Amino acid sequence: MATVALAQRRGPTRWHLYASAILISLFILIPIYLIAVAAFTPRSVLNGFPKPIAPVAISTDTMQAFLATRGVGQSVINSLIVGALTLVLSLLLGAPAGYALARFSFRGRDSFQLLILITRAFPIVILAVPLTVTFIDWGLYDTLLAVALVHTALALPTTVLITASIFISVPVDLEEAALTLGCTPVGAFTRVAMPLALPGLAAACIFTFVLSWNEVFAAVILTVSNRTLPAQVLSSLGDSPLPFRFAGGFALILPALIFIFFIRRYLFNMWGRVVR
Amino acid sequence: MSEIGIERITKTYPGGKAPAVRDVSLSVRESEFMVLLGPSGCGKTTLLRMLAGLEYPDAGRILIGDRDVTDLPPRKRGMAMVFQSYAVFPHLNVFENVAFGLRMQKRPNEEVKRRVTNAAGLLQLDPYVERYPAQLSGGQRQRVAVARAIVMEPAVLLMDEPLSNLDALLRLQFRAELKKLVSEVKTTTVYVTHDQVEALSLGDRIAVMREGQIVQVAEPMVVYDRPATEFVGSFIGSPPMNFLRGITHAENGHTSVSIGGQSLLAPAAVASADNVLVGIRAENILASPTAPATGALQAETVVVEPLGSHLLVTATVEGQVVKVVTRTDFPARAGEPIWLQPESDKVRWLRASDGLAIVG
Repeated sequence: MATVALAQRRGPTRWHLYASAILISLFILIPIYLIAVAAFTPRSVLNGFPKPIAPVAISTDTMQAFLATRGVGQSVINSLIVGALTLVLSLLLGAPAGYALARFSFRGRDSFQLLILITRAFPIVILAVPLTVTFIDWGLYDTLLAVALVHTALALPTTVLITASIFISVPVDLEEAALTLGCTPVGAFTRVAMPLALPGLAAACIFTFVLSWNEVFAAVILTVSNRTLPAQVLSSLGDSPLPFRFAGGFALILPALIFIFFIRRYLFNMWGRVVR
Repeated sequence: MSEIGIERITKTYPGGKAPAVRDVSLSVRESEFMVLLGPSGCGKTTLLRMLAGLEYPDAGRILIGDRDVTDLPPRKRGMAMVFQSYAVFPHLNVFENVAFGLRMQKRPNEEVKRRVTNAAGLLQLDPYVERYPAQLSGGQRQRVAVARAIVMEPAVLLMDEPLSNLDALLRLQFRAELKKLVSEVKTTTVYVTHDQVEALSLGDRIAVMREGQIVQVAEPMVVYDRPATEFVGSFIGSPPMNFLRGITHAENGHTSVSIGGQSLLAPAAVASADNVLVGIRAENILASPTAPATGALQAETVVVEPLGSHLLVTATVEGQVVKVVTRTDFPARAGEPIWLQPESDKVRWLRASDGLAIVG
C-alpha cells in the first residue's frame, strides 16, 4: 500500500505501479523458484559448482527420495489435518467474537480488544512446559488435536481482530434491510453479512492455515510420533544431505501456495471491492 | 386495513440523557402519505425505526389496522423500508435484490419473475436487472431500493430520507416520480425527511417533530400557512416566517398590537396574551414605496436581493428584521423607507411566552 501511495504522490503512473508490483513479486518468487529448481535437479548436477539457475536436467529422484523417507508422507497428512482443524476451530470461535465486536457495544468492549492481544505476549517457549504437562494430564500429548489447539490459540487473536474489521466494513443497514424483507437475525447474517464478509474471511483463513502449516516449535514440543511436516523436517534436517533439504523446503512451500491459489478468488470478489 | 396507530410511544436510547421520542401519538390513515419532518436529532428516524421493528419502544403501542405489532420482529410486520443509504445488497444483481423479499417468502419462481419485472418496470430499471449495484449510479441504486420495497406489496411503506444522498437535480426529478408512484400503488406511507420542501411537495399530511415530540400534524398548506408554533413557522418555508414582537392593547372593544411606536389591528382573542409574536410570511406582505392608506408598518430597506423570479427585500421595522418578497420591478433601494402591509387573513398571532399560536 505504501508503494502505491508514494506512486500517486509523484503522479499516478501505471509504470510506477507495475514496477513496484514486479519488484515485490520477484523478491518473493526468486527464492521459491530456486528451491523448486534445486528440488527437481538430479543429485549429481546439484553437487557441482556453480549450481544451476535454470533447470538443466529435470528429475523427480530427489523428491521421490524425500517423500519415500519414513514419516514424511504421514507428516504431510498430519500437517494438513492440523491446519484444517486449526482453521475450523479458530473461525468457529473467532468469527462470532469478531462479529460481536463489530456489531454490539457492550461493557468492556475496548479492554477486550486489548486483552485478546495479550495472549500473544506470552512466548510459546515459556508456555511449552506447562502446556506439555497439561496435555499429558489430559491425555492429549502427542496428538494432532493438541497441536491444533495450540495453533488455534496462536491464531485466535488475529482471527478475532481481522473478522471484526471485516464485519465493521459490512454496513448494518444491509442487515436491517434484510430483516425488514423477511429475514430472521440469523438469516440476515448468513444471507447478507456472511457473503459480503467472505473475501475477508478467506484472508483470515489463509493467514490461519499458513500460520499452522509453518509453526514448528509447538509441533516439535508436543509431538513425538505424530509429527507435522515442519517438525519432521526440522528433526531430520541436521543430518540429511543437501538435496533432502531442498526437497523438504519445497514440500513446505507447495501446499500453502496451492491453498492460497484456491482461496484467492474470494480475495478479489466479483463486485470488485478489494479487501485490505 | 393498513392504517397505523401510534399510541403514546416513548423511547430512550441506552446511555441517552433525554428520550429520543417522548409520548408520541399519531395516526396515519389508510393509503395516506405521512411525512415526519424535523431537524436532525428530533426523533423522526427513531420513530420510523420503531415502526419498522428495528427498535422497540420503552412504552406505548403500535397498531397496524387492528393488529398490535409493538413487540413483533420486523419480518412479521408486513412493512417494507427504504433506507437513506439505499442498503442495496452489493453481492446480488438488481433482479435478485428486488426479488430478495419474495424469495424469503418462498414464492414460486414464475410469480417472483412476474412481480420483479413489474416493479423494475415501474422504476425504469428494466435495462439494468442483470447488473450489480457497483455498476449503477446513486439514483439507480435508490430506484432498486424502492423497487425492492414496493414489490413486497407491503401494508405500510417506510422511507428514511430516501432522497438525501442524491444530487440536487436528481432529487427534484425523483421526488416527482416518487409522488406519482406512491399515489399509484396507494400504499400507506411514512416518509422521514429534514427537507421542508420535500415534506410540502410529497405529504398528504406533515407531522412536524421537535425534541422527540410532535408539534403539529396537518396538511402541507395548513402547516405552511397556519403554523401551530413559532418553531414550525421558522422551520418551514424559505425564507422562514417573519416574527415581530409586539405588545397587546385592548381599548373600546378594539384589540391592537403595538410594535415599537406603530400598531396593527388584531383579532379580539389576541388580547388573552400581553406579549405576542406577529407571524407573517414574506410573500404575504404587500410592500409599497410610498405610504398607503392604513394598516401599514413603516420600515427601512436594508438589503435588496434579486432572485430571478422575485426580489427578496430585507427591511427593519422598529429594529426588527422582516423579509419581504416583491415583484422584480419594485423600486427598492437600501437605506430608503418602505411600507409593509401584512395581508390580515394570513397573519398568525402567537404568544411570545411559549411561541404557541393563540388562534387555532
